[in-house]
Amino acid sequence: MTAAVLFENVSRHFGPVKAVDAVDLEVAAGEFFAMLGPSGSGKTTCLRLMAGFEQPTHGHIEIFGETAEGVPPYRRSVNTVFQDYALFPHLSILDNVAYGLMVKGVGKEERRKAAEDALAMVKLPGYGTRKPGQLSGGQRQRVALARALVNKPKVLLLDEPLGALDLKLREQMQEELKSLQKSLGITFVFVTHDQGEALSMADRIAVFNDGRIQQLGTPEDIYKRPQTRFVADFVGSSNVLSSATCAKLGIPSAAASLRPEAITIGTSWAEQLSLPGKVTARSFLGAVNRVSVDCNGEKIIVTSPAAMPVPDIGADVQLAFSRNDLHLMEEA
Amino acid sequence: MSALATEATILPNRPGLTGRISDFLWKHPYVLLAVLLGPPVLWLGIIYLGSLFALLLQSFFSIDDFSGLINYEFTLATYKQLLSDANFDIIVRTVLMAATVTLFSALIAFPIAYYAARYAKGKWKAVFYLGVMLPLWSSYLVKIYAWKLILAKEGILTWAFTKLNLLWLLDGWLALPIIGGNSLSVSYTGTFLVFVYVWMPFMILPIQAALERVPGNLIEASSDLGGTPQQTFRHVLFPLALPGIVAGSIFTFSLTLGDYIIPQIVGSSRLFIGQAVYAQQGTAGNIPLAAAFTVVPIVIMGLYLWMAKRMGAFDAL
Repeated sequence: MTAAVLFENVSRHFGPVKAVDAVDLEVAAGEFFAMLGPSGSGKTTCLRLMAGFEQPTHGHIEIFGETAEGVPPYRRSVNTVFQDYALFPHLSILDNVAYGLMVKGVGKEERRKAAEDALAMVKLPGYGTRKPGQLSGGQRQRVALARALVNKPKVLLLDEPLGALDLKLREQMQEELKSLQKSLGITFVFVTHDQGEALSMADRIAVFNDGRIQQLGTPEDIYKRPQTRFVADFVGSSNVLSSATCAKLGIPSAAASLRPEAITIGTSWAEQLSLPGKVTARSFLGAVNRVSVDCNGEKIIVTSPAAMPVPDIGADVQLAFSRNDLHLMEEA
Repeated sequence: MSALATEATILPNRPGLTGRISDFLWKHPYVLLAVLLGPPVLWLGIIYLGSLFALLLQSFFSIDDFSGLINYEFTLATYKQLLSDANFDIIVRTVLMAATVTLFSALIAFPIAYYAARYAKGKWKAVFYLGVMLPLWSSYLVKIYAWKLILAKEGILTWAFTKLNLLWLLDGWLALPIIGGNSLSVSYTGTFLVFVYVWMPFMILPIQAALERVPGNLIEASSDLGGTPQQTFRHVLFPLALPGIVAGSIFTFSLTLGDYIIPQIVGSSRLFIGQAVYAQQGTAGNIPLAAAFTVVPIVIMGLYLWMAKRMGAFDAL
């Protein structure tokens, strides 16, 4: 099966800055693909390369088997939902949504109907006569989605589309986007710096840093088996144990990651590993308590359910965890 | 902690008059507004609009043909005189010239403004502003006389056309009726060129300001949705730049309508509205007719803005 998007050794340099550096990736058709990374990591530039706003300095890009480099955005069956929506302020909502059909020469009545259907799909029926300035952020976000989807793109690109929404709305939109993608079967490529968003929505995630892909895999893979310290740290703030600590546990390794929620405070069972330490800080986060423990100069974060008792600051504790939760990394 | 606790939470009044004034104005913000706005509003309302109104009032008086004195009785006779063939010709000539100048200024200004707003950064932006503003720093009269020399039969333009073996083109143009003449400096073409040159900054700057406010991602969004560059220009860029174009055209149009120096120095001897006003209030001493002539640009600009608004030129504001 042809890949929806294929990058072969793609680089995009801006003068001395290597925004995207020798990236290989393959997005499968019908997949919900997330590109995750901090700002400046190259994820948005990758998205812009797919949309055609940027051209690669080196490398080869294919969209559904067709060469994409050198092809302008208006000849790609790819549509984008922009970070700040980029709705046309002088056009009504209906004309905004119908814009793609209008420039392609679809008749007036037909495109009005298609635009109204698209607005109904994003749960904004009857909003067609308003102007973008009269809508809330969440509503504008839906209009931007409808404006892209009405063109029936082969690939839908989403550039941090939920970034400007408040938490409640964001969670709701995450679910809606996910179910929309399932029902339409369109390939979604989603850029975000929010690891929670990427983990909960994507089929596969590419973690970016410094213009390169650090790791590419399923959310579970990325979360449980980070391959580099960066991934361990960025995706859900894992503890990274040094080689000295690993040696003390009887495991020869350059480094190992350990999720905060895999650790319990208290006596270990027979088959568990344990580390002694001293509590240095604790904070209540609602569902859990986060406890910082100093283990021989190494700071280890533990999240324990709020129902469990929390030791006082300065208390000596034993940290217990299973060998299976310790994920070895080749790189320190 | 203790240092913080000993300090007062509410600070005492600032000493002196300025302290008391600050407190007073803070409590009565409308007084501050009145103080700031009073003088300019009085200036605009009484001296500026008042004298304009007095001028317009003059157009409803008439002049006694025998004594040359103004007859202070309400009459439309002056307007009848304004619409006589000779005077009406002046109006049509001026309006056509102003419209052509505005159209071509917009055509030339748009790419310059677009470059400045979209691509020019740092040093090049400074070069742009300097380049656009620099002509405004030198005297208006000097520039027009310079143009007279450039456009004269013995001038550099004729010389350049001769050297390029294109003199036939220039001669052909000058042989055309109405817009031609003995040389560029005594033709409507010459007047037109100087008008376009002199008013160009007033067209470039508003368009540049309007284009600068168009977010770049709207252009990308249009392209992303399948709009070719031509469609993006027509459906996104142009409508959003239109308020700037209209603002610029108000400048070029009204400045051309009222100018009396350029057509006097460069061009045929036929009159424009500004020259007619100058002649009527000066040598002819016909203040009512001069006032009636000044009403023409005001009415035309009013109609123009009304039409622009109806066509949605300000929807993007």
